[in-house]
Amino acid sequence: MSSQHRRPFTRSRRIFAATAAVAVAGMLAACSGGTGEVNEDYGFAIAEQVEGSPITIWADATRQPAVEAFQAAHPDIEVDLVIDDGSASGSATFQTKIALADQAGEGWPDVVFSTQNNDASWASKEANGVQAFAAPLNKGYFDEDFLDGFTSGALDPLTVDDTVWGLRNDLAPVLFWYNQQLMDEFGYEVPTTWEEYEALGERLATEHPGYFLGSVGDSFVGPYVYYWAGAAPIFQVDGNTFSSDVNAPNSVRVTEMLDTMVANGSLIQDSVFSAEFVAKSANLLAIPGPAWYAGALFQNPDSVNAAEGQWGTAEPLYWEGDEKVTGNVGGGTWFASSHSQNLEAVKTFLEYIVSDPEVAGTGGLPAYQSAADTWVADQASSGFFSGDFETSINTAASSVWSGWGFPNFSAETSYSKIVVPALAAGQSIADVADAWQTEMENEATVVGYTVQ
Amino acid sequence: MSTNTPLAAAPLTERQPAGVRRGRAGSTTRAQAVTGYFFVSGYTLFLVFFGILPALYAVFLAFTKQGAFVGVDNFARVFADYRFLPAVAHVAAYVAIWLVALLLFVVLLALIVHAIRVRWLSNASRFIFYIPGALAGAASVMLWLFVLDPTVSPVSFLLRALGSESLVTTVQLDSLPIVLAIIAFWTGAGGWIVIMYGALNNISTDVMEAARIDGSGPISTAWYIQIPLLRKWISYMAILSLAAGTQLFVEPRVLSQATRGVVPQDYSLNQLAFLYAFRQNDFNGSAAISLVLLVVALGLSVFFVFRGGLFERD
Repeated sequence: MSSQHRRPFTRSRRIFAATAAVAVAGMLAACSGGTGEVNEDYGFAIAEQVEGSPITIWADATRQPAVEAFQAAHPDIEVDLVIDDGSASGSATFQTKIALADQAGEGWPDVVFSTQNNDASWASKEANGVQAFAAPLNKGYFDEDFLDGFTSGALDPLTVDDTVWGLRNDLAPVLFWYNQQLMDEFGYEVPTTWEEYEALGERLATEHPGYFLGSVGDSFVGPYVYYWAGAAPIFQVDGNTFSSDVNAPNSVRVTEMLDTMVANGSLIQDSVFSAEFVAKSANLLAIPGPAWYAGALFQNPDSVNAAEGQWGTAEPLYWEGDEKVTGNVGGGTWFASSHSQNLEAVKTFLEYIVSDPEVAGTGGLPAYQSAADTWVADQASSGFFSGDFETSINTAASSVWSGWGFPNFSAETSYSKIVVPALAAGQSIADVADAWQTEMENEATVVGYTVQ
Repeated sequence: MSTNTPLAAAPLTERQPAGVRRGRAGSTTRAQAVTGYFFVSGYTLFLVFFGILPALYAVFLAFTKQGAFVGVDNFARVFADYRFLPAVAHVAAYVAIWLVALLLFVVLLALIVHAIRVRWLSNASRFIFYIPGALAGAASVMLWLFVLDPTVSPVSFLLRALGSESLVTTVQLDSLPIVLAIIAFWTGAGGWIVIMYGALNNISTDVMEAARIDGSGPISTAWYIQIPLLRKWISYMAILSLAAGTQLFVEPRVLSQATRGVVPQDYSLNQLAFLYAFRQNDFNGSAAISLVLLVVALGLSVFFVFRGGLFERD
């Protein structure tokens, strides 16, 4: 018995030694790939440039027509488009795939589109000895004149220590949308403050039960539409310090308003993208939400599918006596890869995609000022929305509250983990507010922030 | 098996002259060996490149940081993570519920199907049990998304009776281990029932007949004869299911995306390892979690191997 076992054991030891050697070789290969010398023209260490080499673009399906428009306009540049989910809902597709490419030391795309503004703080950092994926754009790569063409503040979420790491695709300021027909029918005034909004909810619940003023069923709505727009300091960053205060006066005001409106039924818990929400949309009286609700909800046959002139826009709601600020729900970002072998083609593409009036914004409010002017004028002249569309959207775009932070994790995950299930189970946000704050602080600690 | 082989070989030995016997026997063994090596070569190659090498790489990563040896620092960091213990509790609760349910119901259903004397009914039962297993993991979860959502579920009346008004309420954290266990049982049990059925068929008819003659009814036969004889198969099922159960990933991941994060992205240990690697760029921490999982699964498997007498020869 023992003699039979000796040989295989020796053999297995040999196999083990051989596999260990291969493993070590693999590890050494994976560990290589440090940063090179900084190129003076670009302001970062560039890869060897190969003129005419194809560029690989990762973007979601919504961006596909814009990329195809670029291909038609620039047939000299070979484009390989890879469709993914744009890292929507915090899926972190971008991080996942880049982390693998970093480990492999190859396979990076040339351009990436992400729906997450806070990806910049991640993509701008060197990881595991591999240089940051995102290329710095204002250190010589892009002209200052071009970068200055963005709407004021549009590049703020993508700027870390005065370095711009990405280009904003569109802006998503929160404004107020209302059903003009229903407002007239019920004899209601469009609210201008959060206090009036809450009062309208109570009145609506009493006089027209079943009708509602929005939803808290999406993880982006709570943090970005209500807390950000309510200037509640629940997600703030100062350098490497993260802070969250669910007990600050404005945080408590938002929490109480939401709890009251959920309790009286004027706020529902269905996702705005769900079939249930669409089924109830005839009872939607008004809703605070981002600029992209224009296409995503109201001009979408699969959603609210509003008739021309049925819906109107108003300026963002604010607290009475407080600064007139609003929130922001995303607004996609384009990143150039610092590993690209054709940086000039990448630059041509990015300049086109964010500033060409035909494609910029890819359906939403473009972040590039000249394209935004064209988009707003077109929307206003179409007359689809009643109210002063141009003023509403311009006011919203210029009044996004700057107190919100952009750390390298999302505000959505803690809200969906703690608050959404609690609401569904019949609890109030006040019941779980402290647990929510703890979850955010824990998340911040895990990714390396100091919690204040 | 072990007693049959020498008996079969014995007459052959007596019939053949000694020289011829040794030569033929030797060449046959070499040919068989070569064939054997050929057959296992593909498996071995895949095992080395996609099993052993990654495991060795994980061991290396788990004890290093940026290539430098750091002892158990990575483990300490992972253990101190506020998500680690809840993930352990989630996986433990799920595995406990699922494994117990699997062992009990698979054996029970296999015994029932085996006891059915009507041929077409027995065949049909096995086929029906097996069908759900034909759906791959993610696809079965997609199917269950509809079943669990009271707004579209064919059994919405049942869900509403249990107090669930939406998908979010169905997949609340407290009930999630049960929900995941139901999904896993539904997809995995059918295959095991068929295997157990085969094992039951292997029990000698002499033994079964003797039991019947001794006046043993179906229940006592199952308890004193069939289940003890199935012990190795039950251990085998427990080990493989345990390994699969601790690797819980696809089900909560898909549910997480479908519920927009209500099922947290760090629900299971494998998900946490995924977040470490791909969200935090911390492959060392990720490898540490993977090693912990490997050690726990190996430990429990060894327990089942020895308790189940899997390596014992009859």
